[in-house]
Amino acid sequence: MSDGPSADVRPAARRVRLNGWGRTAPTFADVVRPTTREQVATALGRRTSRGVIARGLGRSYGDPAQNGGGTVLDMTGLDRILAVDLERGLVTCEAGVSLDRLIELFVPFGFFVPVTPGTRQVTVGGAIGADVHGKNHHADGSFCNHVLSIDLLLADGTERTVTPDNDPELFWATAGGMGLTGLVLSATIRMTPIETSLASVDTDRTRNLDEAMALMAETDEKYTYTVAWLDCLAKGANLGRCVLTCGEFAALDDLPAKQRRDPLRFRTGSLLTVPDLVPGRLPNKLTMGLFNELWYRKAPKHKVGQLQSITAFFHPLDLVQEWNRVYGRTGFLQYQFVVPFGREDGLVKAVETISRHGAPSSLTVLKRFGPGNAGFLSFPKPGWTLTLDFPTNTPGLARLLRELDEIVLGNEGRFYLAKDSRMDPADLARMYPRLEQFREVRAKVDPDGVFVSDQARRLGL
Amino acid sequence: MKDALGAPQSLLVLGGTSEIALTTARAMVAERVRRVVLAGRPSAGLEAAADDLRGRGATVEVVAFDAAEPDDHEKTIDEVFAAGDIDVVLLAFGVLGDQDADAKDPAAAARVAQVNYVGGVSAGLAAANALSRQGHGALAVISSVAGERARKSNFIYGSTKAGLDAFAQGLGDKLHGTGVHVMVVRPGFVRTKMTEGLPDVPLATTPEVVAEAIVKGLRRKSPVVWVPGQFRFVMSALRHVPRPIFRKLNI
Repeated sequence: MSDGPSADVRPAARRVRLNGWGRTAPTFADVVRPTTREQVATALGRRTSRGVIARGLGRSYGDPAQNGGGTVLDMTGLDRILAVDLERGLVTCEAGVSLDRLIELFVPFGFFVPVTPGTRQVTVGGAIGADVHGKNHHADGSFCNHVLSIDLLLADGTERTVTPDNDPELFWATAGGMGLTGLVLSATIRMTPIETSLASVDTDRTRNLDEAMALMAETDEKYTYTVAWLDCLAKGANLGRCVLTCGEFAALDDLPAKQRRDPLRFRTGSLLTVPDLVPGRLPNKLTMGLFNELWYRKAPKHKVGQLQSITAFFHPLDLVQEWNRVYGRTGFLQYQFVVPFGREDGLVKAVETISRHGAPSSLTVLKRFGPGNAGFLSFPKPGWTLTLDFPTNTPGLARLLRELDEIVLGNEGRFYLAKDSRMDPADLARMYPRLEQFREVRAKVDPDGVFVSDQARRLGL
Repeated sequence: MKDALGAPQSLLVLGGTSEIALTTARAMVAERVRRVVLAGRPSAGLEAAADDLRGRGATVEVVAFDAAEPDDHEKTIDEVFAAGDIDVVLLAFGVLGDQDADAKDPAAAARVAQVNYVGGVSAGLAAANALSRQGHGALAVISSVAGERARKSNFIYGSTKAGLDAFAQGLGDKLHGTGVHVMVVRPGFVRTKMTEGLPDVPLATTPEVVAEAIVKGLRRKSPVVWVPGQFRFVMSALRHVPRPIFRKLNI
């Protein structure tokens, strides 16, 4: 790890077109890539009236890491591991370190990241800002449940170490606060001990949504990691058919003798990269119908104890780099909502609506959330969460999404800010009852609104 | 900010009583637009337009703006942007003039040019600069098919639109790659109060059709929009008619 240039060497700002992973609604901002804390502070000091937002690896689907006309700090240059405590499984690292890097470094020592979303290509700063969740939410909560402390650079240029004990308000405003309370410089995270780098996975194919939901409710308690892939184009008796995968990290004894010699072996890497020349209508009703049929058919009806790699189980999409390009120039949006337990009717109605409309979602994922945390804008709360990807050129999409909005709102549901790129700002306060508290903390630590993003402007956060 | 489906949330109308602009504003409020700023000469009509949009759920501000006073344009427009981002600016002011009378009164003809062209240049630049600073947004300039080739029956108006059209095209090229989209809108004969009493012509259209074309063009980031679309071909043919023949045409 080399030292960055000294503080007085200012990294040059470039005016760059930025968009989210969904490749919609781009804006232009001055991008600075600091490599030291001092450079972050310098860049913050040189901001214009259009403010500052941090950006990591750009995996948020919409616009939270864009700041049209202002400054965007590319934090991936702050990528040092600062301290490691293998006894207690603690790691302190800079904000720009990716979960990919943490996994690569710590799996050989018998530790896995406490929470990972469907990709490893997110930074620690981004994981805190979005309070990401994974397949283990029902068992372990979201990312910030495992963050012990955060070094935050505030709007006035001061640094503060924030923990859930010394400043619970600022900590829980920052957890899931979409980068609007300050710049995360570094954080201390509690890692999860593992005996092997393989997951022992049980797979079940369900004929329809009712069956899937019943099975998921049963298996919740038994497994740390569960997720269901859902065929949103299936109709009638097949409505909402799922492939449910549940898993645990395998114990040493679960491995065949040959693999027991190197149980923590881990390799990253990808298989292919999607070229940037894909026609816009590749994922459509026909191709997605075929894909869903194949995906469903290839899954075993019931299989137990299958050993899968971390990538195969947690991050299958990481095998294909730049997969967002399959949606072509017009891009796509991800629609993720949660409806509380007891509102299963709402979930069923949403799946019916999507199926009736025939909107092609390539990746539809159903999960159960456990209790949420104290994050003012943290997304998860106990209930069912459904995630859908829609190409933005899907005919009638705006109308369909408005219908879904009504269902979600009518069932006390909410949308995930890290994925959102189109919600009606008027719905925000209804979905996030602690929004006012978030605003109060933000007004205290950043009275002039120095930290601002396109999303913050769009939603009036 | 625009959402992922390209729908804007805020709109500034320069020429707040223009029927085309108000019809467009209504169409946009029906989708996502929540903040509308109507800039125009203070009048009962302007207030009524604001109330109409408020009744449709938008937050509307009214700002005093005179297209014929370019000295004030930058300040007025900068103030609007200072209060919050503007996703779309609609440059919609313009006067038709009275060709026969204006031809005999050079000062009156110059007033048409002052509003349509000079005012368009200053307001257009002020808006474009503000949009560039915020790194996103669109400027839609209402030109006219009349600017494509000046016809003897309304060459004064046509020439002002020709100037405005060329200005907007150049501005769009200049701003390419800055996040600001400039769109030239070329409607044909639109049945509005501006054209009231004039005899109807072929391909005449309505403010609703123009509004729909503007909304669609903004979403697609079109550089030029003809309304109705057939005018692209009609004018392309007309532009190439040899002059001796063109002179004899009764248009």
